[in-house]
Parts: sequence; structure tokens; C-alpha cells
Amino acid sequence: MARNLLELVNISKSFGEDLVLDDLNLEIREQEFLTLLGPSGCGKTTTLRIIGGFEVPDTGKVIFEGRDITQVPANRRNLNTVFQNYALFEHMNVEENIAFGLRISNKSDAYIRDKIRYALKLVNLEGFEKRKPRSLSGGQRQRIAIARAIVNEPRLLLLDEPLGALDLKLRQDMQYELIRLKEELGITFVYVTHDQDEALTMSDKIVVMNQGYIQQMGTPEDIYNEPENAFVADFIGDSNILDGIMIEDRLVEILGHRFECVDEGFWNHVPVDVVIRPEDVVIKEPGQGMIDGLVTSLLFRGVHYEMDVMAGGYEWLVHSTVGVAEGTKVSISVIPFNIQIMHKPESEDEMAVAAEDL
Amino acid sequence: MKRSYLSGPYLVWAAAFILLPLAMVIYYGCTDESGHFTLANIAAMKDWVHYRAFTSSLILAFLATLICLLIAYPLAWFLSQHFRNSSSFVVMLFILPMWINFLLRVLALQVILSKSGMLNALLRFLGFPALRLMYTKAAILIGMVYDYIPFMILPIYNALTKIDESVVEAAMDLGADKKTVFRRIIFPLSLPGVISGIIMVFIPNISEFAVADILGGSKILLFGNVIEQEFNVSSNWNLGSGLSVVLMLFVFASMAIMNRKDSKEEGGGVPLW
Repeated sequence: MARNLLELVNISKSFGEDLVLDDLNLEIREQEFLTLLGPSGCGKTTTLRIIGGFEVPDTGKVIFEGRDITQVPANRRNLNTVFQNYALFEHMNVEENIAFGLRISNKSDAYIRDKIRYALKLVNLEGFEKRKPRSLSGGQRQRIAIARAIVNEPRLLLLDEPLGALDLKLRQDMQYELIRLKEELGITFVYVTHDQDEALTMSDKIVVMNQGYIQQMGTPEDIYNEPENAFVADFIGDSNILDGIMIEDRLVEILGHRFECVDEGFWNHVPVDVVIRPEDVVIKEPGQGMIDGLVTSLLFRGVHYEMDVMAGGYEWLVHSTVGVAEGTKVSISVIPFNIQIMHKPESEDEMAVAAEDL
Repeated sequence: MKRSYLSGPYLVWAAAFILLPLAMVIYYGCTDESGHFTLANIAAMKDWVHYRAFTSSLILAFLATLICLLIAYPLAWFLSQHFRNSSSFVVMLFILPMWINFLLRVLALQVILSKSGMLNALLRFLGFPALRLMYTKAAILIGMVYDYIPFMILPIYNALTKIDESVVEAAMDLGADKKTVFRRIIFPLSLPGVISGIIMVFIPNISEFAVADILGGSKILLFGNVIEQEFNVSSNWNLGSGLSVVLMLFVFASMAIMNRKDSKEEGGGVPLW
């Protein structure tokens, strides 16, 4: 098993009255693609800036390659950052931008020339050496920013919402490019985004954050299929989140109807949150499912249809490859395996999460 | 295009107060008193008095610009680090002199620099010998620097505040220490402001004559004084115009050089205000 490249230990950070990170602990393994995912203000960018050396935490330690680097300034850390707005040096051409870090570490001209050629080839921008950043498109600027960072051969590459400013198609292309780069270079990536698609597509591990706390940590599959709380469920993908009561093991009551499920170990008759993904709701003929209802809207979304179904006093979000016209009487059902039961929030922190969620 | 008639008043204004006077200056400059074409007025530059006044102007304007730059850059840097909002009180303090009449400021300097003025009173109080500053080139230089320094501070300050903090962070991220960040990133990115400042200070100071009149007495002739005297004292409009044309050509030439430098640096377009 790969060892830890970076550890954040008990990190707290406030800006004035505002507590941004509260006792955060995080381990990042070598060659891992780790994504910090969360809404704006959740502390993900601050976490990245602490790793990069642009902020000093109020408490806690940053351990990099087994060494405490909490107080080491950014220019003496063996890691590089790709900034949200790319932060290219406008007064230098592409070549000079990429060579910046290498010149500072006094590399030979021949070495720098080779590296520039290699980096531009890697990001598919050969022949752009003499261009000024101003003359490049958003996607090209972004790739130059990546090239400028990776020529220094950092152990760790930090990326702060680098695809945020790009259009959808370009963003998808760049996602594949980033995955390819990670494979080719064997660098560890820490990636910050608020975009769940990006996180699910690229990551080995996702850390979902909200209000300075880690909500859940796991593989994309874990996070999507088994969200630990309502915040994660709502933030990752669309969900139907319903109030339920656990009747007994493997039986939950939702909207007055009893559903079989696979979860065990809850107290009997305890209130729970129930998450059902829209693609897991099955539409049947009236009377043949568990709750009868009425289709209130139908939208074609390309790969699937998106429907709202009013059933049992709740408007269910349903994704299906078969569309049913608005006003049609239907019945819905869910197989036990697709019903995800979660504890209701208990602590105040978790309440805050739930409140935000509304 | 349909609304182009709205620019009518401006065109009339420009014709009456810019083009016409310009044409007249050129006409007078290239003719003698009887209206015959001659280049004698321009060739009069070779005259020792004119040549000397011109080089004096040039040297003083150059020194004033250099001193302004040396004072203004660190000051603008300090302001940009601590007061990023250009409407902040402290920034206004440095810009404020620009809104006060230029002659008033020179007259105030006269009061400060004169033999029995405030500066000498202070020096006496501290036990130093009094300085004879008035009617020297040093006094003119002080006047030029004092009058024009806001025009150097402001564009540099604007250029510096325009630099994105993340660019500085990116440079540090790539291993640059503070000195390198300044040398390779901040200074080059502030160059357009520096160039604007240089233009704003150097160009008006070459033709300066009021400062020389008040702080230099009539002892020191600058090129501006020579031209002024040809018009007002000697009533030789032809010679005055001829020398003006020479000055104009010089100004155009130096502007052209500066602008080329500016566009080469690719940072152009820093607003002056």
C-alpha cells in the first residue's frame, strides 16, 4: 500500500470571527487523485492554500514527505499549484512562463529547452512557445498553467477549480487530459471543485466538505451510492430525501407506506432520513407499484427523461429512459437495495449541515 | 454614425483652439516678420542662449522625472500594499495636491524656501546654517518635483494595484523569493504605470517656465522662459513660434519612443486616473 505523502493534522483556521476550518484531519497517499468537494465557503480552497503555503493554519500541522512544513513558505515547498484564474505572467510569453520555475532553480538552458518541449507536448500545445498568454483561449491558458506547474516535477500538484471558467465540452475534454496526465506523470493530485461531476469522474478519493468539516471521505462509488448524511446525498447528484421511520430491521415507513430495505441495526421506530436516487425509482401501471401518483412534469434531458411524480404527498424526482406524459396516472416502486437509510442529524454541527441543505 | 452630428461642437472647438493655433504657430515659425518663408527661426536653436536654455530645461526635466520616480515608486508600492482602495483617505492625501492650483503650490514653496522662510527657520532652530535655495536650479528642481510628483504616484499606484495577488502567489509557488518576485513579476507588470508617470512628469517639465519664473527669479532661463519672453517681451512671434516648433517636435519624438516601449511591454492601457 502506498504511503502517505501528505498529512493534515488537527488543522483549524479562522479569518476574523469566521471559523473556516475546524480540527481538520486528512491523509493523502502517493499517486492519489484526491478531490476536495463542497459548496463555496466550505473551506476547501482554504485547505488547499494551507497545503500550498499561502495560509498558515491557526492550529495543527502540515506533514509533507514525513516533514513538518507548517511554517515553510510557499517558495520552499516541493509542490506546485494551478490557480483558479491560471495566474499566468502576462508580460512573458508561453515559453518564459513555463521556464519560470526552472530558471529559479538554476537549471541549464538545454534542460529547460527540453522540458518546455516536453511539457507543451504533454498538454498538446506544441508550437505555442512564443505566444503571449493574452492571445490564448481559456482552455489553452489553463493547459499552460498546468505545464508551468508540472515542469518542476512536484511531488504534489494542487489544482484550485482549474476548469471552473471553461465551457462544458472543454471541461470534459480537460477532465480526460488531467486523468491522462496523472497516469503519465505519477504525481499526486489534490483537486478542489464544487462540481460533483468533475469529482466523480476524476477522483480516486473524494472528500466532501461543508462549513469547515469533512462530511464524508471515500471513493466516488462510496460517496454516490452510500452517502452518510443528507448533505452528502443532496450535494452529490439529485436525490429524493424523505423523512422515514425505521419500523424494524429491513423495514422502513415512508409517507405512510412500508418499504422493504436492506439496512439493519437502527432502533425500532426511530426517525431516519431516507435517500432514493431518481434513477432508482421505477414507474409502473397504476396499482402495480407501492404508491400511486400522477406525473406532474416531463422533461427530455438527452440520455434520460426527468419526471416529477406526485405520490403520497411528496413530489418524487424520477429519471427514466422511458418518458410518461404529464397527467398520466402511474405507480412508483423501489427495490429494497436502492433504499438508503441514514441517521437523522443529532449534533449541532450536523444540524447546521441539514439547515444548509434546505 | 447617425449621431455623428453630436460631435459637431467638439470638432468646432478642436478646430478653433487646437488646429488653428497649431497652424498659426507653424506659420509664424516658418516665416519672417514680412511673411516670407524662412527656416531662420528654427535654425535659431543653434544660438548659444537658446541651446543653453534648452539643455538646462532638458537636464532639469530629466532630473525632476528621475527624482519623482525614485520617491514615487516606493511610495506607490507602500500605498498599494496597505491601501488597495484608491478612494481611501490616505491615497487621497497623496493625490490631493493635484486638485490645487499649480501656481498656488509654487508660491507656497517660495514661502517655504525663501531666505527667511520656514525651511531656514527650521534649520536655524536645529543649529544648522541657513541655505540659499531661492533663485537656484535646486529651487526649480524642488518646485518641479513637488508639483509633478502626484502625476508619477498615481499611474504607478494604479498599475501596482492592478496586479493580481494570485500572480504573485504563482511566482512564489514556483520557487521565487520576494526579491525575485519583485524583479521578475511586479516591476515588469508595473512598467506601463512607470512609463505613464514618466510621460506625465517629463513632458510638461521640458516646457516649464512658471516654476522657473517664481523660484528661479529671472536669473535662470529655461526653454519655456525663452519662448515666453519672445512672445511677451520681445514681441518676436516668429522666433517664439520657431522655438515652439522645435520643442513640439522633441516632445512628439520622445512620446513616440515612450509609446513604442510601452506597447512592446504589452502591458499598455493603464488608465491614468
